[in-house]
Amino acid sequence: MAQKSNKKLVIVENWCKGCGICVAFCPTKVLDLHNEKVVIKDIDKCIKCGLCELRCPDYAIYLEGSDNE
Amino acid sequence: MSSQLIQNNFRMDRLPHIWCPGCGHGIVMRSLAQAIENQGYDKKKVCVVSGIGCSSRASGYMDFNTLHTTHGRALAFATGVKLANPELKVIVVTGDGDCSAIGGNHLIHTARRNIDITTIVFNNNIYGMTGGQYSPTTPTSEYGTTAPFGNIDKAFDICKLVDAAGATYVARGTVYHTVQLIKLIENALINNGFSLVDAISTCPTYYGRKNKKGSAVNMLNSLKENAVDIKAAEKLPKEKLEGKFLIGEFKNTNEPEYTEEYMKIIKKYQKER
Repeated sequence: MAQKSNKKLVIVENWCKGCGICVAFCPTKVLDLHNEKVVIKDIDKCIKCGLCELRCPDYAIYLEGSDNE
Repeated sequence: MSSQLIQNNFRMDRLPHIWCPGCGHGIVMRSLAQAIENQGYDKKKVCVVSGIGCSSRASGYMDFNTLHTTHGRALAFATGVKLANPELKVIVVTGDGDCSAIGGNHLIHTARRNIDITTIVFNNNIYGMTGGQYSPTTPTSEYGTTAPFGNIDKAFDICKLVDAAGATYVARGTVYHTVQLIKLIENALINNGFSLVDAISTCPTYYGRKNKKGSAVNMLNSLKENAVDIKAAEKLPKEKLEGKFLIGEFKNTNEPEYTEEYMKIIKKYQKER
């Protein structure tokens, strides 16, 4: 699945308030908090499900691009 | 930069929003934007009306026709907007206190009229903006700054309230169950009549801290554990539903819509003249 998608996981660092919701609910534990900001710990595990984007209250993480690119 | 959804539907110069870290309101606001985009409405034909409170800041961030009105009166203003401009898709963004306490009367009568307005309640069980006073949806025996020894009131079930008052679409979602929440808001937008989605949000700063609910993540986990879908609940024994709350679509019916009925009266008497 990860290989098929051209989507890219993007973080908007200055919008992140460090609540940790995306980190806790990422099904494959891709993310981590560092100095109260979200960071990508292991991008290879990302299945591009987009749950982080759906639940980020601050729009600080999202998948860029589409599968058709 | 930000995602296409945010760029398309929000006033970028107003973001990031002022809501606290872990506040669920951002999730509800995004879900609403996603639902509007999924339905493909013309932005010029959408009007977002809000009252006062944390929730009601949303009208300042969303890039549509917007109206930030007085406390509890969002539905009254929205009724005016809809009657003056029936082709508009009117959406009311309100909080639990704004809609069920200060604007309680407007809520039941707007529901009774079945006017085509979609109401999204950002329900965080507390008055966040003013410092954590208990609201009509604060559960019994929980704490607020105005209930230092525990709340003795019984909480409103906003869904049951508007159902009884005459709303034709009633649903409840949570900020944990975002995929479902988006779908419920979409269905509420589609319904031609008064629709209400009770979006259970989280307030880690006041409600969470006062009631020792832990972090934003803990609060989302408790939504995950305590929400039961109405379809699943039908098959569960009563004791398994103790302390739980229902989510999903509670009502979806067709009744005559208020602005259409109003236009019929006008047309009828214009002909007779």
